[in-house]
Amino acid sequence: MTIDFGNPDRPNSYIGRSVPRPNAPRLVEGRGRYVDDIVLPRMLHVAFVRSPHAHARIDGIDAGAALAAAGVRRVFTGEDLREVCTPWVAVLAHLKGLKSAPQHAIAVDRACWVGEAVAAVVADSRAAAEDGAALVDVDYTPLPAVTDMRSALAPDTPVIHPELGDNLAFRRLHEAGDVEGAMASAHKVIKARFKTGRHTGVCLEPRSILADYNRAERTLTVHHSTQAPHMMQTVFAQHLDLPEGKVRVICGDVGGSFGIKVHVYPDEVATAAISRVMGRPIKFIADRVESFSTDIHARDHEIDGTIAVDETGRILAIDIDDWTAIGPYSVYPRTSAIEGNQVVNLCGGPYDFQNYRAQTTVVFQNKTPTCQYRAVGHPIAAAVTEGLVDFAAEALGMDPVEIRRRNLIADDAYPFTAPTNMRFEGLSHHASLDRLLEIMDYEGLRRDQAEARERGVVRGIGIASFIELTNPSPFMYGIGGARISAQDGCTVRMDPDGSIVALSGVTEQGQGTESMLAQVVAEGVGVPIGQVKVITGDTQVTPYGGGTWASRGAGIGGEAALQAGLALRRSILEVAGAMLQAAPDTLDIRDAVVVDMASGGERLPLAEIGRIVYFRGDTLPRDLPRELVQTRHYITSEYPFAFTNGVQASYVEVDPDTGFIRLLKHWCVEDCGRVINPQLVDEQIRGGIVQGIGGALYEECIYDPDGQLVNASMAEYLVPMASEMPDMQIAHVETPTRESTLGAKGAGEAGTAGAPAAVMNAINDALRPLGARVTEMPFTPERILRALGTVAGD
Amino acid sequence: MNEVFSALVDVTLNVNGEAVSARVPAERHLIDFLRLDLGLTGSHVGCEHGVCGACTLRVNGDIVRGCLMLVVQADGAEIWTIEGISDTDGMRDLQDAFVARNALQCGFCTPGMLFAADDLLAQGGVPGREEIREHLSGNYCRCTGYEAIVDAVETVARGRAQ
Amino acid sequence: MKAAATGYVRANDLAHAIALLANARGDTRLIAGGQSLVASMNLRLTGEIQLIDIGRVKELQDVVDGGDTLRIGALTRHADLATNPLIVAHAPLLAQASPLIAHAAIRNRGTLGGSLAHADPAAELPACVRALDATLLACGPRGERRIAADAFFRGLFETDLAGDEVLTGVEVRKRRAGDRDVILELARRSGDYAIVGIAAARRQGLHRVAFFGVGDIPVLARDAMTALDQGDIEAAVAALAADLDPPHDIQGSSSYRRHVAGVLLRRASAAMQEMGDE
Repeated sequence: MTIDFGNPDRPNSYIGRSVPRPNAPRLVEGRGRYVDDIVLPRMLHVAFVRSPHAHARIDGIDAGAALAAAGVRRVFTGEDLREVCTPWVAVLAHLKGLKSAPQHAIAVDRACWVGEAVAAVVADSRAAAEDGAALVDVDYTPLPAVTDMRSALAPDTPVIHPELGDNLAFRRLHEAGDVEGAMASAHKVIKARFKTGRHTGVCLEPRSILADYNRAERTLTVHHSTQAPHMMQTVFAQHLDLPEGKVRVICGDVGGSFGIKVHVYPDEVATAAISRVMGRPIKFIADRVESFSTDIHARDHEIDGTIAVDETGRILAIDIDDWTAIGPYSVYPRTSAIEGNQVVNLCGGPYDFQNYRAQTTVVFQNKTPTCQYRAVGHPIAAAVTEGLVDFAAEALGMDPVEIRRRNLIADDAYPFTAPTNMRFEGLSHHASLDRLLEIMDYEGLRRDQAEARERGVVRGIGIASFIELTNPSPFMYGIGGARISAQDGCTVRMDPDGSIVALSGVTEQGQGTESMLAQVVAEGVGVPIGQVKVITGDTQVTPYGGGTWASRGAGIGGEAALQAGLALRRSILEVAGAMLQAAPDTLDIRDAVVVDMASGGERLPLAEIGRIVYFRGDTLPRDLPRELVQTRHYITSEYPFAFTNGVQASYVEVDPDTGFIRLLKHWCVEDCGRVINPQLVDEQIRGGIVQGIGGALYEECIYDPDGQLVNASMAEYLVPMASEMPDMQIAHVETPTRESTLGAKGAGEAGTAGAPAAVMNAINDALRPLGARVTEMPFTPERILRALGTVAGD
Repeated sequence: MNEVFSALVDVTLNVNGEAVSARVPAERHLIDFLRLDLGLTGSHVGCEHGVCGACTLRVNGDIVRGCLMLVVQADGAEIWTIEGISDTDGMRDLQDAFVARNALQCGFCTPGMLFAADDLLAQGGVPGREEIREHLSGNYCRCTGYEAIVDAVETVARGRAQ
Repeated sequence: MKAAATGYVRANDLAHAIALLANARGDTRLIAGGQSLVASMNLRLTGEIQLIDIGRVKELQDVVDGGDTLRIGALTRHADLATNPLIVAHAPLLAQASPLIAHAAIRNRGTLGGSLAHADPAAELPACVRALDATLLACGPRGERRIAADAFFRGLFETDLAGDEVLTGVEVRKRRAGDRDVILELARRSGDYAIVGIAAARRQGLHRVAFFGVGDIPVLARDAMTALDQGDIEAAVAALAADLDPPHDIQGSSSYRRHVAGVLLRRASAAMQEMGDE
């Protein structure tokens, strides 16, 4: 059956409605169940001894004093754990040349970043484990630390892993058309160097894992604050030498993740390995201080960008040279090269031009390892692209909206292949820009800006168009050999009284996955949403899936759920048809009642069908199929990614005396295809925007030359708080994907993708009359004053 | 260590309307006592620096950081956590407004955020959005971007003012 | 991280607190609100310490009108600074400082005495007591001691308090008609420690200006004060070059701090001019 999404009065219409989340009521009562809330019998706690050196040989570990401390039960070193846990190497075959060294659960021989675990102390309580960890005596010989990005490949810079030959993890050059020729003939060529700060996610619930190896059953049950339970099931099975069928990973409530919790962390694998050895539940909760140096970092880039335009403002060429500093190991299994690779794939994204060159150079450092974090690479690509476009507009004396009008891919140009080789099924750059200008009252804001300037108040408007990849196919990871699932599955079952249970392989971390699935299933089957229970995050129970990442939950998980729900509807109607002596295609299900499709007249409640199928099967025809449970799996096949598009605007006020920025307002028009729950999508966008603002104005992991992270606390790594954040107006254009019945693309990362670009452009719009420009994030007050020339810096 | 100093201390408190007696280590935070000893896991630990606000709860009528108070300091005090408040409908309108407006996503900051919001609303009147943001400025949320929370608080303020 | 403390005792009254402190062996700390101490303990910066809880010592709780002066007990909470009618009326600088300190949950526990004894140079209250030319009151085995605010702050987190003394309160001269108080700070986010801040008090035409976030202790900008007394704001801003030698850290460079100190001085001066007569 097809769903007429355009008709809001269609029966069982939940797709497209802002229904409240079914899991919200328990969360507001403090009845969430996060990993740290779980207490198991005989549970012990682990705390890690962590290297204080960025690079050091481990000469010896003396755990004598620790073992004698009250409450301490065991101490494990890297040598101990390597007997039960194999190391991993994070490379992907399709990222040609990507290399990395084997990484162990606990460091063996050498520590390569400040915070890397060198020993584990297991005790009755976290406090006792910390006391024990303080007593472990580790003999280090410090080694030279590689901490500067640009000199990482210089001949006299030490090579962190000599067997790899150099500190180059990955380099990729992509070329299309004739960039040199285009630059030579251009009317204007504009260059700029951009810097994005090294970020960390700061999920409010820190990384948490409770691993329970049951020696009697030889099963491992892991309660894990993760986005990808099946992937972790596979990882634990592989590296701890267990069959997948003996490993169960359960995600209860997860307190925020944003990509931070989709990676394999050595200390979490160590926790599982320790449980394997000790046969008892072992809990590890990263505290905030260790989170700063052990959660993955991201976005440490320097980019030299060049844009060439003709007299009319048409973009002739874009040339990007990206450098990024990762940690000493590529992170498993998604690798630390993807972010740089995305910068190459995404620069220039919204625009119609032919000549493109981009290179990323990904270098190892003795700093915290880096990997995918919300909007991976997009905030960087969008900032560089949108910054260059604005600088080009400035050079031409053209309005920033006008230059975009002349260059954004036409709304009827699809399917379209960009010079990056990215393929777009259908985007709406112009329609989105139209809508943005309308909701922000662009002309009105320009008037306000001018009037404010007359009063000596410095305000700026910034616009940023962007694309955002969602719904990835195996082309992202699978083809590289990683056991990361791009498909997903959903089982939908009807119980005797008509209650529907849906089991899905995508997961919830607060974005509303369970609500989205409930809406889709309710509409797919034909029942009130209150009758649907959604279960996610349990590998023993749900179909094998990929979890949540790259904004795939609605597009892929939702499609599987819809297909399964529709399949269940057909199964129910087949039974109903037999019971009613009617052809199934003359029947429908509405509000949990089988009705006559044409007239809507009620024929049979689902509960009656349930009663017959489950308890009076003797009354049904012998060969009638009666499985009131259906499973469907979905994978995208036409496009490697479902690209979405959006455009954001920021209105800021700059205090030229102090350099402080006030965010007056923010807007975003987003096209994520079919919107399943408008409120949830808008809130994801708002949260994403603020996370992007964090990167633009506040967030930066600061390292000293010795590789020490100097601002590893909530007081010094600045995350956005309520007082400084603006209200944000969100609107949508809907260009559904034709790849699926649901037509949903993803939306979770779009806010973060475009926000830094919009804020940067707004600041530069404000500073332009004062002759200043900024391109190095975060835009701290001091950087603003340095750009203005007010402060020289020490 | 001198004899007058005790490593373990007897405390009696009133938690969510119930008298509780325990012998606690001198160093245990209030939040750890509530979570570990009493099983009141509704209040959360986010940083242990006193900055993120996830551990905010009510002691003797005031909001405090559970991670910056030792349970020994709370001897004789009246403590309310999100569980007790929920059971007694102490903030029902605020909790309902949060659900309706989706002013929470992962839920980890939510109990602390609710206490901070209720503390503002207890002052009466209808605070403006800037004032709401200011009062919530000590509660970190990574998921929502804060606007939905401000909306929900504003809605409840108007409701209570009627 | 989990705090570590080897022992705890609660003081019943001031004499008891002083006796406990005098007789204690090993690293012993007084705990009142604990907002700074427990945070340090949680970061394991304090080592093996034992605690004397003075949080319920009655003698430290009162705010007393002393005619020309106000005596504010050390246990006065930051929240109370903003609401106590005597403080609001007679020491408005402290009332104005209160909402700038951290957040409500911290202000409900943190105390005036705790903040002054902790002596964080980026905090508001140490600068305020210098601007007010207050007298700090201490009590120990040798009896009571009065310490001028200007002599109290010795170095980074270091005060003139002896190891066996308890800070019992602060005495300020009440403001009179025509007096002005302003506190301004620049912080990246509401409630953060200031990058730079200014606490300024004008008493019968004479200025006392204390900057915070500019050194190891709150700094009295004496040359700037003199210029302000002469009504010359330009000279006052220029004088900061001599008065201040701010540090460089991740929050800001010395140049940035020096510049914005001047901006804050201008804004504080303008604010004092704009305040109505009364």
